[in-house]
Amino acid sequence: MPDPFLDPLPWLILLPLAWGALAFVAGPGRGGGLALVGLTGQLGLALVLAVQVVESGARSHAVGGWGAPLGIDLLADGLAVAMLLLTQVVALPQAVYARAYFAQGAGQFWPLAGFLLAALNALFLSADLFNIYVTLELVSLAAVGLVALGGKPGQVAAALRYLLVSLTTSGAYLMGVALIYGVYGTVSLATLAPLVTHQPPLAVWLAVGLMGLGLLAKTALFPFHFWLPPAHGGAAAPVSALLSALVVKASFYLLLRLALGPFVSLAAEAALLLGMLGAVAILWGSWQALRTVHIKMLVAWSTVAQLGYLFLAFPLLAADGLALQAGVMQALAHGLAKAAMFAAAGVLMLATGRDTLAGLAGAAGRVPLTLFAFALAGITLMGLPPSGGFLAKWLLIDAALHQGQVGWVVVVIGGGLLAAGYVFRVLRQAFLHGPPEAPIQPVHPVSRSMEWATFLLAAASVLLGLRGVELVALLERGMP
Amino acid sequence: MTPGLIFALAGVGLFVLGLGGVILLAQSLRRILAFNLMGSGVFLVLVGLAQRDGNPDPVPQAMVLTGIVVAVAATALALALARQFGDREDA
Repeated sequence: MPDPFLDPLPWLILLPLAWGALAFVAGPGRGGGLALVGLTGQLGLALVLAVQVVESGARSHAVGGWGAPLGIDLLADGLAVAMLLLTQVVALPQAVYARAYFAQGAGQFWPLAGFLLAALNALFLSADLFNIYVTLELVSLAAVGLVALGGKPGQVAAALRYLLVSLTTSGAYLMGVALIYGVYGTVSLATLAPLVTHQPPLAVWLAVGLMGLGLLAKTALFPFHFWLPPAHGGAAAPVSALLSALVVKASFYLLLRLALGPFVSLAAEAALLLGMLGAVAILWGSWQALRTVHIKMLVAWSTVAQLGYLFLAFPLLAADGLALQAGVMQALAHGLAKAAMFAAAGVLMLATGRDTLAGLAGAAGRVPLTLFAFALAGITLMGLPPSGGFLAKWLLIDAALHQGQVGWVVVVIGGGLLAAGYVFRVLRQAFLHGPPEAPIQPVHPVSRSMEWATFLLAAASVLLGLRGVELVALLERGMP
Repeated sequence: MTPGLIFALAGVGLFVLGLGGVILLAQSLRRILAFNLMGSGVFLVLVGLAQRDGNPDPVPQAMVLTGIVVAVAATALALALARQFGDREDA
């Protein structure tokens, strides 16, 4: 890259920061149009970066011309670019959706959304442990603000609990960073990789344990999932979509990056445990989704279950690249599908004026496009072809069979059946005829742009399965 | 035992106290204070472990400064939320 000013890396962080700050200056509820322009630019930048990385391999950028160790290096390899693409692809339709959803007043949604996206993009581009800590905290602070946005007592309580969990887990992570720096004198991922041996000092084991536990709790892996359903299920629909699609994926991305990068030899020790916790998460999350009476809680518990699939990849990582592709594909497919599902749940709640499954009767006639989108997203969660979820689960099963670990195959297929169970709970109820129940909240007219944005996300999650080859080409860039 | 190691061990002690507080205490304000104790513990470990041959290392000090800024912002947000939550409970 001859001219650092034209490099897309820093602009992916600066652009959302700029429109977020401008939206804040413009005042509550304003800035939606600006966000759309900014997000379109970000999507363009992410695509340019993807082409650059596929053509010429992983790239780094020294921020402000000051390289590491004095300054901060940004690093874009295939894995980072895949997550960046997911973030911008989810955020743009969500912004269209949110503009219509918040017709009554967005409060501080746009500034917080801008800061959240800037923090996420910075996190995906981080190349050292300490920068990762700072971006993790920025993501948490913006996300907590978004959860509390409505100001309802339940939302404030969920936000406070979410914040305390975030701060505690970030504290554990930072303690790990402090110990690593104390032992090795560096926090750069690239410099650490050759230093960490198979038999490191006790302090390094402790550090990896603390960092791992902190990130696992942020990813809401069973049994650390307790904070997720109230926070994701209670927030406004566009907020839930951003949190479930992107924010929990950020800490998963870091776990994957650390387990493949500097701590590869230590991560192998915990891989089996992570896989087993993932399996329990799939069963427990699905079971709760089958029992709950609220639409959004159903979608939130489904997130707990789908996050479990991400961790099935860990015990299979060591042997070949299949499991990594499966994990990333699942992260992308679930991100798109869950954004669509929360958006659809928001439309259904506006159209029926109720937040329970029982209140959905007759919704099929009123918002058919949204229901179609919900079903498409459900196809991805169940893992039916040709969706991205199908490809992810297929790759997982393939990897498990190659390594003779048949137990994981049973979990993957069983989880798909359970997902079908809770998706059809919603669809069945929506197609019931009979008198619609009296709305509890006022019924709002649903704008077409909300329905189309929802449909677009759901369709993308299904069509993603057809673009697996490109994803593999991208992931092979710059990964060990 | 070098002074740096004493700082680091004290930091670990503070961290564990704070962590216990965040998990075990019920009141929001106490939990927020406990989180700050955790943070201070981490900062002590960072500064204490990084004294190589008696010469202080500037990199972790810059990290601690950044960490303090993050902790102040997080504490402010937590206090604002706790107050909003408390107001609702009183009303």
